[in-house]
Amino acid sequence: MQFDSINEFINMGGYGFYVWLAYGVTFFSLGTLIVLSVRQKRKVLVEIAKKIQREERLKETRSNK
Amino acid sequence: MNKGISYTKAFSTLLKRDLQIAVRHRGDIFNPLLFFVLVVTLFPLGIGPEPQVLTRVAPGIIWVAALLASMLSLERLFKADYADGSLEQMLLSPQPLPLMVLAKVLAHWLLTGVPLILVAPLLAVLLHLEGNSYGALIATLALGTPVLSLLGAIGVALTVGLRKGGVLLSLLILPLYIPVLIFATSAIDAAGMNLPYDGQLAIIGAMLIGSLTLAPFAIGASLRVSTN
Amino acid sequence: MWKWLHSYADPERAYKLSGTLLPWFAMLAISMIGIGTVWGLVFAPTDYQQGDSYRIIFIHVPAASMSMAAYMAMATSSFIGLVWQIKSADWAAAAIAPIGAVVTFIALVTGATWGKPMWGTWWVWDARLTSELVLLFLYLGVISLYASFEDKVLAARAAGILAIVGVINIPIIKYSVDWWSSLHQPSTIKITEESSMPTEMLYPLLINIMGFGVMIGAITLVRFRSEILARNGMRPWVRELAKAEGVK
Repeated sequence: MQFDSINEFINMGGYGFYVWLAYGVTFFSLGTLIVLSVRQKRKVLVEIAKKIQREERLKETRSNK
Repeated sequence: MNKGISYTKAFSTLLKRDLQIAVRHRGDIFNPLLFFVLVVTLFPLGIGPEPQVLTRVAPGIIWVAALLASMLSLERLFKADYADGSLEQMLLSPQPLPLMVLAKVLAHWLLTGVPLILVAPLLAVLLHLEGNSYGALIATLALGTPVLSLLGAIGVALTVGLRKGGVLLSLLILPLYIPVLIFATSAIDAAGMNLPYDGQLAIIGAMLIGSLTLAPFAIGASLRVSTN
Repeated sequence: MWKWLHSYADPERAYKLSGTLLPWFAMLAISMIGIGTVWGLVFAPTDYQQGDSYRIIFIHVPAASMSMAAYMAMATSSFIGLVWQIKSADWAAAAIAPIGAVVTFIALVTGATWGKPMWGTWWVWDARLTSELVLLFLYLGVISLYASFEDKVLAARAAGILAIVGVINIPIIKYSVDWWSSLHQPSTIKITEESSMPTEMLYPLLINIMGFGVMIGAITLVRFRSEILARNGMRPWVRELAKAEGVK
């Protein structure tokens, strides 16, 4: 352990702002990237499902005529 | 069996054709040149007419303006040929595509790069460029502008099939232009301080040779993608 | 051997393989970055010159080196896709590009927050910083070129050519510190010689570098899977998957 107390850890020898800004930006942007990437799959699947539904509806109306 | 015309014949025919077309549309040659002159004259108005300041920033201004002017003129490199279908004829011809592309890029450089080199010393006088930098300015432009034409042609070839190519083109090719810009301006600066600048010139020369040998293949491949 | 490899070019098998690999990559990445970051922030000794501000190194160096590695990975898979016409390689390249852009952005931001207390300025126009910025532009160019083609097969080819041309920039970034005089310090990790860094600092750094690499791999797998699905929307297996999972 390099730090005696939590306050000292947050203070980072006077460089707290810079260190935490760097770590904050890093983990925020990585988190955003990961969330967007994970959601992407679901979005793609929903789009394909919609397309399939559209095609089926089209088929039905054609067969009814 | 008729194997078609020789490589040199094909090269010179295409070169002549492109030059002829450009001579008939004179605006295409003069507009980028005019743009170059206008951009350079805007800077003294923007940052003030003090000779010391202008001397300091002259190499950068001239080079950035040359870079933008060459980018502006790039659009027409393949656009008209793509629109009227002669680009596809070129792709279908039995001659190797990199050779044909090289002829087109050479024509483009003769029409836009060479006038730029000729006008640059005049603008350098207006910007109070250091007296011993003129040689370096001409040398870097002579070696650098063909690199700009070659690298830029890759970007144009990639975007020629797209309708909204303009801004995308600059995003694609400006990163590739930056090394040329850095070395050219540092050579001119070094010359202004009476330091040797053949190192920077050698690097720009290496870039020229590298792009001269590799870029035609990249341009050819990109054209095949765009006209698919 | 090549026959065996080619069977993984089949989209369905690639999708399933990346699905089985993903949890391992994710777990490894989380644990490595967790260990490396905590070790670096809490247990690594304070630098006698830079004080505690040097602790930014544990994300700055991994992000910077992985931004280049990711570019090389993207260019390599583009090359494979162009030469051998393997579509999975094209999709992998398309999956890596946004991740590389984010990692390059992180390298630039952490560099700026480290530069402010050490050099007294957020940004200097020196060779390494500028070329890293150019790398970001290259990533953005590849992404927007890929996005601007309707036909994604063509888009992958065009973006691939651009990615391969942009490889010239990688050695410029790597060696800029040695070639130009620069504010940026030369690399502290050397493969052939002994590193100019005490081991208590070096280990968390190395763990984080590997962790970033594995994390990029994991996110690439996630994006690669959705890219496969998006490009194979007409295949029966994708349609079944969409029917099962896509309808809410």
